[in-house]
Amino acid sequence: MPDADIRMRVNGVTRRATVPPRLTLADYLREHCGLTGTHLGCEHGVCGACTVLLDGEAVRACLVFAVQADDADVTTVEGIAAPDGELSPVQAAFRDNHGLQCGFCTPGFVLSVTALLRDNPDPTDEEIREGLSGNLCRCTGYQGILKAVRAAAGTAAGGAAAAEEPR
Amino acid sequence: MKPAAFDYHAPADAAEAVALLSGLGEDAKIIAGGQSLVPMLALRLAVPEHLVDLRRADGLRGIERRDGVLRIGACTTQAMIERSAEVARDVPLLARATPLIGHFQIRNRGTIGGSLAHADAAAEYPAVALALGARIQARSPRGERTVPADRFFTGMWTTELAEDELLTAVDFPVRDGRAGFAIEEFARRGGDFAIAGAAVAVELDGDDRVRRCGIGLFGLGSTPLRAAAAEASVTGAAVAGIDADEVGRAAVAESGSVPADLHASADHRRHVGAVVVTRAWRRAVQEAAHA
Repeated sequence: MPDADIRMRVNGVTRRATVPPRLTLADYLREHCGLTGTHLGCEHGVCGACTVLLDGEAVRACLVFAVQADDADVTTVEGIAAPDGELSPVQAAFRDNHGLQCGFCTPGFVLSVTALLRDNPDPTDEEIREGLSGNLCRCTGYQGILKAVRAAAGTAAGGAAAAEEPR
Repeated sequence: MKPAAFDYHAPADAAEAVALLSGLGEDAKIIAGGQSLVPMLALRLAVPEHLVDLRRADGLRGIERRDGVLRIGACTTQAMIERSAEVARDVPLLARATPLIGHFQIRNRGTIGGSLAHADAAAEYPAVALALGARIQARSPRGERTVPADRFFTGMWTTELAEDELLTAVDFPVRDGRAGFAIEEFARRGGDFAIAGAAVAVELDGDDRVRRCGIGLFGLGSTPLRAAAAEASVTGAAVAGIDADEVGRAAVAESGSVPADLHASADHRRHVGAVVVTRAWRRAVQEAAHA
């Protein structure tokens, strides 16, 4: 079973590696890149803890092989905050609204919600619930997470409204 | 939860993929979006020696209108289908079924060809293909052929495709006139496989008689099912005289092997199945009557 040479940009940094084909993207990120913010819960596509952005789209990193992400652009939770460490609006909203407790599922939620609000900046409650349905949380409860998404959407919408005001 | 080792191949197009399949035989498995296959690999329900990845085969992706059909390439993702204005206009049943598949993260990777070739009895796309009379395009070293959806699903997780045959595209007929479409399913949580579901396509003539009808069932047998007897019983009939509850009962009665599991007994599933068929029938007829 020959290994394969891969190259991908992870959080803006180009990385090269030689990996066995059966290595998942999640394990590649954690074990080869040291980016352990991508968590593994179920390892078969149910829990959403390993969600990352692959060429901008939210995907489960346990259901993609690293060789399939050759030449791709990957964003993990480590790449979401600003370089100076300032939290993204989604991360800040999770902190401010009790959107996390133990934090295990949080990286997956943050990536999913980041993609969700990018594609739909002003979602209805139903759209938020639908958008969160692919990520499981076993301790916080979902109400704080819902509130966090509403708050993050509000921040983004507030920013957009402010930008539209006449000067 | 780690897949067993395999050799990886990423052919550049369908021809190269078919040549690989032909050479590797039964030890090879095709991977497209991988959203069903990778869990099976992780659980070691599948242990292929070779994976043939279609990610580089750009020619297998895309949505194209031609001669009364909408042709959708096998590697077109569910997310692309969900966003497509052509699909929404030309094959509304497919557009309505797509958001019911998994979660958006799954639909970003999952493909229509993968869904059909995987042939899960509880999945939405096979039932939609049956209800609409879709035609599946396949390619092998022996050439290309077309398989009608109602001859495609041959058994549990098995299809008409040979081991060296690649599903390349699906043609959906574009219906105009007085047509209506609906899909209904019951799942315990959004994104789960449904306990039971039904996809209905109905076409009325100028006198409000059923000109054509397709009913696809999912979750109600060991394969995706077409309720052919129920379809026949309504075809040609005046729509006002058709009892929607009876359509539901008749459709479900056709399945000889309704599954029972942790989520629902066979009786419960049969009951839910009849209800979803009835609901889908009513909505499809209502849409057709106002089209």
